[in-house]
Amino acid sequence: MTPETLDDTPVRPETPLRGPDKVFRQLATAAAGVSFVIVGLTIFFLVDGSRAAFRSTGIINFFTRSVWQPSIGKFGAFGLLIGTIIIATIALIVAIPLAVAMALFINEYAPRVIRRPMTSIIDLLAALPSLLFGMWGKFALQDRMVPVAKWLSQHLSFLIFFRLTRPGVSLVESSMIAGFVVGIMIVPIITSVSRDVMAQVPREQCEGALALGGTRWGMIRSVILPFGRSGIVGATLLGFGRALGETIAVTLILASPVVKSNIHVLQAGAGTIAAQIADEFGTASTLERSALVAAGLALFLLTLVVNLAARSIVKRSSRLA
Amino acid sequence: MTLLQFRPPPSTEDPESDTPNRRRPVTKADVMEAGYAALAAVVGAGLLRVVFGWTGVMGTAVTAYLLFLVAFYLLQRDGASDESAIDRLVTVAIWSAGCMVVALLVWMLGFLLIKGLPDLRPSFFTEDLKGHGPLNPGGGARAAIIGTFEQVGLATLVVVPIAVMTAIYLHELKGRLARPTRFIIDAMSGLPSIVAGLLVFTVWVESHGFSGVSGSAALVVLMLPTVTRTSEEILRTIPDSLREASLALGAPQWRVIVRVVLPTALAGLVTAVILGIARAVGETAPMLLTAFGSNNTNVNILHGPQSDLPLFAYSLIRLPSKAQNDRAWTGALVLVILVLVLFVTARLVSNLSQRKLGRGR
Repeated sequence: MTPETLDDTPVRPETPLRGPDKVFRQLATAAAGVSFVIVGLTIFFLVDGSRAAFRSTGIINFFTRSVWQPSIGKFGAFGLLIGTIIIATIALIVAIPLAVAMALFINEYAPRVIRRPMTSIIDLLAALPSLLFGMWGKFALQDRMVPVAKWLSQHLSFLIFFRLTRPGVSLVESSMIAGFVVGIMIVPIITSVSRDVMAQVPREQCEGALALGGTRWGMIRSVILPFGRSGIVGATLLGFGRALGETIAVTLILASPVVKSNIHVLQAGAGTIAAQIADEFGTASTLERSALVAAGLALFLLTLVVNLAARSIVKRSSRLA
Repeated sequence: MTLLQFRPPPSTEDPESDTPNRRRPVTKADVMEAGYAALAAVVGAGLLRVVFGWTGVMGTAVTAYLLFLVAFYLLQRDGASDESAIDRLVTVAIWSAGCMVVALLVWMLGFLLIKGLPDLRPSFFTEDLKGHGPLNPGGGARAAIIGTFEQVGLATLVVVPIAVMTAIYLHELKGRLARPTRFIIDAMSGLPSIVAGLLVFTVWVESHGFSGVSGSAALVVLMLPTVTRTSEEILRTIPDSLREASLALGAPQWRVIVRVVLPTALAGLVTAVILGIARAVGETAPMLLTAFGSNNTNVNILHGPQSDLPLFAYSLIRLPSKAQNDRAWTGALVLVILVLVLFVTARLVSNLSQRKLGRGR
């Protein structure tokens, strides 16, 4: 018997509900129904809105080609999809070590006095608007990242990702800088979710490891990390979902999204679905809007799958405790 | 190296305490070792910088940090076992991760303050952008501030009853649909904000035109899952004895909820709502497709494009003119101040509620 199922056991009154109780219950049920309506509307209208684009260019072409030519009605979001995944992956590479270290710091290392302030700082980082991250990334971080990008392109060019397509290409407005900023943005969610799971390790096991003469890191490696592993995986997936949908910070840094897929992460020219929608929507024709809705539908389904997987992993891992 | 090998035994400050004391006091030797390592790192990074002609601050800092870790590990390895040397290395790495997050936050807020403060005059709140071209100074965010308050206010008015009633359905009434509802809320909570904008656009804006109220609708979609989920968490913390006591006195369930559960949970619910507002205030992406933004002051939320603070800052920061960018930074500063005020208020209310429930965490 897990706590989750215990909690969900409905309390059915034996006598039928009387007047006000019945009304109250109906009101609450109606409120709960609103969420169903919203999700239903989302799926219906996004599918309906993308029909025109699919008709004009073909569903398979839409997901396998990388073109964006509204004038002749040809669209393909393959490059944007790849760009979205590349930037979200870079974000994870930046965020995972920082977030897990931060979670361990708050749970295990920080003195009691600064534990609460550190939690507040993580919460604050989550509450700051993505606009601020984008503006900071574009005007404060970008110029400082260019020498790093140059160094990487010179010394690690045996990795295809760090290779430049031609010498002297611009190193600003790149996937790496966008991914870096998005990575900082998803640190709070990964930290707080994995922290919650790691805090549920039975304290006796930790103390046992220490009592056997283990160091603190030995205890973390042999008790806390194995226990919290699935929680960290779930938290990472949640962060990945956030990173896939991040719009404004990415749009500001990429300036104008490029629809062709670009795996050279150090150089200018990249695009994501969300950035393409934000950048093009205001000036788009009816058909192009339909194509943007279709791209949005793809993004929606992608984040939906990632998020539901993440939620179920997190739930299972905290139920183990 | 006798100095480095001497380790005093861990002190037991409070022998009565049940919590294990794992903190080894920092000795003079530790400080000196860290100092040596730092010195080695700075010299090494400086040398590399001169030899290879690196110019970037960031690259040098990263190299210096890595060199510091290596030097620190070697010094520790010299005085203790491999196991404890790694332990100390990890301790340093984790502390630096903590410091790095704080440093990033300070850098971001400091940068915003430097860029945004010079233009923050009273007239920023009383003028809009009408008649203020890209080159002349002046002009402000009146339109945006009015728009933000209207859109977020309306969205909050809609979200609060729905979210609280859904939370009651999930935790107090435990209705038949509780499980699927949680699933749907999970699905909604990951909705990218731009998709919420697309949804409102296809449902309403496409046929009725841009308006502030459609922006509010997008905010409702984004706020609903977070506020519902946190409200449910708050209801969970209310002890069952309260409910049982009032039910045993013969009160019908709705009165128990309205007169006992909700008043007890009030402070927590207020915190949940304020945090939801703080998130919503900064939403930019869905607004591009719904409220659209405008240079003129549009008080009518029901009709015509309306600006708000995120749109104001976003549209101006993308323009090439310096005067426009300065306005954008000031707009972003006002927005972040608003978020900070909401955030601190939420903290204060939540502290208050915890004191009332007698839970010190």
